[in-house]
Amino acid sequence: MDNFTVGVVVFPGSNCDRDVSWALEGCLDIRTKYLWHESSDLSDVDAVVLPGGFSYGDYLRCGAIARFSPLINALDEFVKSGKRVLGICNGFQILTESGFLPGALVANKNLNFICDDVELDIVSSKGGWFNYGDEKQTIKLPIAHGEGRYHCDSDTLKKLVDNELVALRYKNNPNGSSFDIAGITNEKGNVLGLMPHPERACDETIGGTDGLFTLKSLILK
Amino acid sequence: MDQFAVKVFVRLRPSVLDPAGEATKSASIKLGAEGIKSLRIGKMIEVKIEGNGENEVREKIDLLCDRLFANTVIEDYEYSLEKL
Repeated sequence: MDNFTVGVVVFPGSNCDRDVSWALEGCLDIRTKYLWHESSDLSDVDAVVLPGGFSYGDYLRCGAIARFSPLINALDEFVKSGKRVLGICNGFQILTESGFLPGALVANKNLNFICDDVELDIVSSKGGWFNYGDEKQTIKLPIAHGEGRYHCDSDTLKKLVDNELVALRYKNNPNGSSFDIAGITNEKGNVLGLMPHPERACDETIGGTDGLFTLKSLILK
Repeated sequence: MDQFAVKVFVRLRPSVLDPAGEATKSASIKLGAEGIKSLRIGKMIEVKIEGNGENEVREKIDLLCDRLFANTVIEDYEYSLEKL
């Protein structure tokens, strides 16, 4: 993959950083580099993944403290330049807290921490993050979260729907998310946040390969 | 410089479901408490802060509430302020 390098951000409390790196390097032959959250140098990475976990122990709110790290500050220019950013689970929570994506993620409706495989409908081609075709596509990815209920006001939801920013919807909504939302993009399409974990679905031996497409799409321009 | 004790209350907006509040309400009823119509859980944050007068301190607290203590997409806040 030439020298294309994906930066995988490590916060205190991240726990899917190595999974993301393993999936990119081992399954897709894409080079990765860990980026400590106190770094603000994104000059030698071409895309960024904010992995899952419990950044800063989820203190105050999930993603609320991570938002103030030097790396997230540096991400503003990175996103404006059109480079791709993928936020998975806690990464999605950080993207909403920091305003890169609208809405917020709150406690699951049934209060359970849900660890399961879920079926998801791909509902937008925005950003090319998913294999979106003429026929409705469904993929299966694992989820593992206690606070994954997507919430936004009705105006924001209308905007998301009208502009095709809803990327993924749960077939059987597990957590009470508005409009069954599992993942959304920004208007430009270069930022995707999703609660399911594509990096945990990159090899048949661990239960599926439906996550490969999304990780591979990090190299799209 | 004056010193102030500030108590910030952060609450989920009324439109946001509070499952933890619902579970606590259910437990309260099991405990035998009668008449509970609604129970919602919020946060209280205590801050001691210095500044040149109440207006300056209010500005700082407003910023903290708006940018950090509360996520205004899902939460409302209010605070009380006492000069020490």
